[in-house]
Amino acid sequence: MAIVNLQNVTYKYPLTDSPALQNINLQVKEGEFLAVIGPNGAGKSTLCYTLAGFVPHFFKGELTGTVEVASQESSKSNLSEWVLNVGLAFQNPFNQISGAKFTVFEEIAFGLENTGVPRDEMKVRVEDAMKLTEISDLADRSPYSLSGGQQQRVALTSILVMQPKVLVLDEPTSQMDPIGTREVFGVIRTMAEKGMTVVLVEHKVEWIANFADRVVALHEGQIILDGKPREVLTSDALLDKGFGISRYTSVARKAKEQGLWNKADLPITLGEAVEGFRK
Amino acid sequence: MRIEIKDLQFSYPAGVQALDNISLIIESGEQVAIVGQNGAGKTTLVRHFNGLLQPTSGEIKIGDWNTRKQSVAKLASRIGYVFQNPDEQLFSRNVKTEVAFGPKNLGYSNEQVEALINEALEMTELSNETETNPYDLSPTWRKMVAIASIIAMDTPIVIFDEPTTGQDAANIARIANVIKTLRERGKTVITITHDIDFCAENFERVIAMAKGKILLDGKANEILGQEEILATTYVDPPQLTRLGKKLGLKSTIINEAEFLNSI
Repeated sequence: MAIVNLQNVTYKYPLTDSPALQNINLQVKEGEFLAVIGPNGAGKSTLCYTLAGFVPHFFKGELTGTVEVASQESSKSNLSEWVLNVGLAFQNPFNQISGAKFTVFEEIAFGLENTGVPRDEMKVRVEDAMKLTEISDLADRSPYSLSGGQQQRVALTSILVMQPKVLVLDEPTSQMDPIGTREVFGVIRTMAEKGMTVVLVEHKVEWIANFADRVVALHEGQIILDGKPREVLTSDALLDKGFGISRYTSVARKAKEQGLWNKADLPITLGEAVEGFRK
Repeated sequence: MRIEIKDLQFSYPAGVQALDNISLIIESGEQVAIVGQNGAGKTTLVRHFNGLLQPTSGEIKIGDWNTRKQSVAKLASRIGYVFQNPDEQLFSRNVKTEVAFGPKNLGYSNEQVEALINEALEMTELSNETETNPYDLSPTWRKMVAIASIIAMDTPIVIFDEPTTGQDAANIARIANVIKTLRERGKTVITITHDIDFCAENFERVIAMAKGKILLDGKANEILGQEEILATTYVDPPQLTRLGKKLGLKSTIINEAEFLNSI
């Protein structure tokens, strides 16, 4: 059953001529882990804002088509209701951390305070969410004294604590070093395994190849591919358009031209590349 | 222009020792990548080159200049520094003014300034954006403006701090191209990066840092295969290096051409 349903969605930012999203039709099933790839300017962040209701409630402009999550239509809801449907983790945690709170614990409780959750329940939910993302030991620290990876996990936790039906992540590791990246992907993977619906915008194709159920490729505001990670990530349609392509896929494509790769499918992971080149 | 670092120690005012006894020579025209986990001291080290930081003890020479005896402004004629975040660097109303600022302040003639601007804009594929406000460009292109404004100063040494962070594949290729052109012109290029595949494909020499010290320093294919040591500073070998190892290839592979030649 599709929990996210976008029908013929086209959106233009105010004062612009060409649409940032063009005729998007996208369904995401409950519990699915969907990755979205695309070069800069393809409309990935706009898609995140649209799912999260910032389009049309915060960004004005022109939206046509319908955006439904859990059978509710975003244009007919208000943002304070919509945060319970879709939680969006921003690309940069600095843009998300409220600045109004002195400790990590309070920061994570902020959203619950604003939606009127009783104090006792709030405490339990914050503690549970922190356990899940393994940041319990940071509870009393200032959000600003943390490393980038820790901050990103705090930002993620403050979304998870709201228990949204769909988790949307916009390049959650783009500013992060390899340790932070590993930490954050660990949390995302745990959430996906627990059955949460996840939409992840990401350039790091090696992670997508290993974890995502399905991949959508956006280019110039349109969906140009939608399918299993292998179909999408090895497609020739991604070439010369600024998409990130795994080195394993690229080198096997070249090897194939020279007769050095004999399998029908190109590899997307290290394991597949090893297997294919060994034979 | 040669960079010579002797017994460099640096502690921040709060007492944290960020660099511990570093000695290093970077020869004129070398292409060096510095890798290692956050907090390893990479940025602290390169900020000593242009005098933004002064050593607690030890010496740094840029050519024949000791950085203790030169102002940051003077050192800027020898070292260009591209910040990680272009928004910390850009301030002009249009691209051309932004790119002109550096060379004008270095005292080049008007004709020279014009020539340097045009060349830098061409290298960064911004020739058609001279009148654009940098903040009307996407973050990707703002990065290119930041790069152009440093290249236009025509310094013998150029430092890039995390040039590929947040960039898409097309722009990473553009940045790699700029670095290649700088190399052909004999410039020394020093890059701090977490992007180990980018490092493998574009740099001859790799320095791995951990906890304020140099852990490894050598040719890229001597360094990038040392999986266990790199792991201590949370660096994974490049994808093709890992693939080569798993396949049992004898030499350390760092790029596609090497890989295709060895299988």
